[in-house]
Amino acid sequence: MSDYFLEIKDLKTHFPVERGIFFRHEVGRVKAVDGVNLSQSQGEILGLVGESGCGKSTLGRSILQLIRPSSGEVMLDGKSLTRMQGEALRLARADFQMIFQDPFASLNPRMTVLDALSEAMLTHNKALSEQELKPTVTGLMKRVGLSPQYLRKYPHEFSGGQRQRIAIARALAVNPKLLVADEPVSALDVSIQAQIINLLAQLAKEMDLTLIFISHDLSVVKHISDRIAVMYLGRIVELGPAEEVFSNPLHPYTKALVSAVPTADPHSERQRKRIILPGDPPSAMNPPPGCPFHPRCPYAINDCSQTLPAFDSLDGSHHQASCIRLRELEPGVPNQA
Amino acid sequence: MPLLTVEDLKTSFHTREGITAAVNGVSFRIEHGETLGIVGESGSGKSVGCYSLVDLIPRPPGKIESGKAIFDNTTDLLSCSHSTLQGIRGKRIAMIFQDPMTSLNPYMRIGDQLIEPLLIHFDMKRKQAIRKGIEALEEVGIHDAENRMRSFPHEFSGGMRQRVMIAMALITEPDLLIADEPTTALDVTVQAQILELIQREQENLGMAVILISHDLAVVSGFCDRVNIMYAGRIFETGPTEEIFYNPQHPYNRALQKSIPGLQAKGEELYTIKGMPPDLSKRVTGCPFSSRCEYAVDYCSQEPIRLAETSPGHSTACLRVQKENLTV
Repeated sequence: MSDYFLEIKDLKTHFPVERGIFFRHEVGRVKAVDGVNLSQSQGEILGLVGESGCGKSTLGRSILQLIRPSSGEVMLDGKSLTRMQGEALRLARADFQMIFQDPFASLNPRMTVLDALSEAMLTHNKALSEQELKPTVTGLMKRVGLSPQYLRKYPHEFSGGQRQRIAIARALAVNPKLLVADEPVSALDVSIQAQIINLLAQLAKEMDLTLIFISHDLSVVKHISDRIAVMYLGRIVELGPAEEVFSNPLHPYTKALVSAVPTADPHSERQRKRIILPGDPPSAMNPPPGCPFHPRCPYAINDCSQTLPAFDSLDGSHHQASCIRLRELEPGVPNQA
Repeated sequence: MPLLTVEDLKTSFHTREGITAAVNGVSFRIEHGETLGIVGESGSGKSVGCYSLVDLIPRPPGKIESGKAIFDNTTDLLSCSHSTLQGIRGKRIAMIFQDPMTSLNPYMRIGDQLIEPLLIHFDMKRKQAIRKGIEALEEVGIHDAENRMRSFPHEFSGGMRQRVMIAMALITEPDLLIADEPTTALDVTVQAQILELIQREQENLGMAVILISHDLAVVSGFCDRVNIMYAGRIFETGPTEEIFYNPQHPYNRALQKSIPGLQAKGEELYTIKGMPPDLSKRVTGCPFSSRCEYAVDYCSQEPIRLAETSPGHSTACLRVQKENLTV
């Protein structure tokens, strides 16, 4: 037994690409998640960042078995989710829940708040009676900062931020231990974003939730996470304590990412040098050989296209990155004012 | 002499639910070569305001209730004839939109879309226009431009499409570029590329840029002056440094405080309580007063108007104007 609550071992999720009308045949594979190892202790908040198409959402869904991974293993609290099937998996789902990006699409427009929340509860606790249901739902609504007088309202009557609160309440209705939040604040305005981030951080603390927070927004992730994992083209390229990854990035991709995040400060914005990466991320169908980042990497050398670098740290700490020039490169973001 | 002067612009939408005053008395000006940022949350009227200037508001339900927009000291964009406006829009005033996915025609080759403004506004020969189109694509950093002219939009990535949009907008060498959330749909590393490109082109062409964004951070590094909008009004306007280092309106201050990254880890983020007001209902007094931590009795009763508090820096906060409140 390990001390970790969630353990992901060499997880791969590949999507076959098929062609042909009469003779369907596979012409390639999109390697959305390609060998991810990750462990998380209970109550820890892990931020998962990366650009669109890097596989961060697929990873989140593969962990929760919403997409069955092609290979690898996900262990939650000592149980293997990847080996679970059918009814056993359905029952186990009470332990792990998800919040989606778009609160407009993730709620059934024909269900009131009461219906939506009680459906989640009844699915996993059939013994719950009518009398018990309403107070539990009311309690849940209060917990996420919604007034119980909205109990019988429909999703369209709420604003984006309120809808995201309903979605959070619905995920928490079954008392999960693991929560995956996929871009939960990206669709919201700045002033509403802060409310939802505070709520998630507070709930995670209160309920001892293990939280995976997926976002493309580094400043949001930095604020909420204990640790940050940076993904590029289906792999994790850097992993470490949030402050460390931000102030002292090791991997060239993380350096570029951190340097590209604008700050609301005109002076430092004008002085700072950005690492402008050339081009777009390559296709996950035929990733470049060796390090997947090497075609865009400003520090790439010949060896980079030969070998896939292993995960390594500079000083044996928990801050690791996969780059063969790890020890040669100066840590941190270069030329920053 | 300003390039564009907007005075008391009011745009509303007449729907079954009532009249929504999306833009409610907005005045600003932009000089030649200047970069103006317009910041606000969704529904604050930042896009509707700019779309009104170039007649891109669907009418009905939209209606421009009042206002003037004097372009280049001669033409009032809001009252001039349709044909006059057509001669300006897409030629002297160009636009880039948020979503490069939907703003390009999926059935047309990139080249055909790109040179359309040249054929329409300059009566250019097709061959010559194509040559200019290839140059424009190269200018925005698209390799193999000659072959890419024959590609369709779906063959480009998001960042590349936005580059095509920029090439298309700038091909007529406009005096004013309105960029409506040009990088919101893009990744951060691509966002940095695109902003740098717009900045470089601005220097080359000496054009003025209006950057509409919800992201204070993007605006802070890019703009000379900033308008902060809320509920269809300008709440604060001034030089970028003033807006960020010397915020006067409580809303501007609150917005900046709620950006994650400034607080120590584990600390709660500052939040603005409540939600923006429903613009289909008549708001008396300051529309922010119900959410404002500094609000006093008269805030919800007296009408607000923008007034200069220090040279070039104006705010619409009643308490700042009356009591010299510092936030």
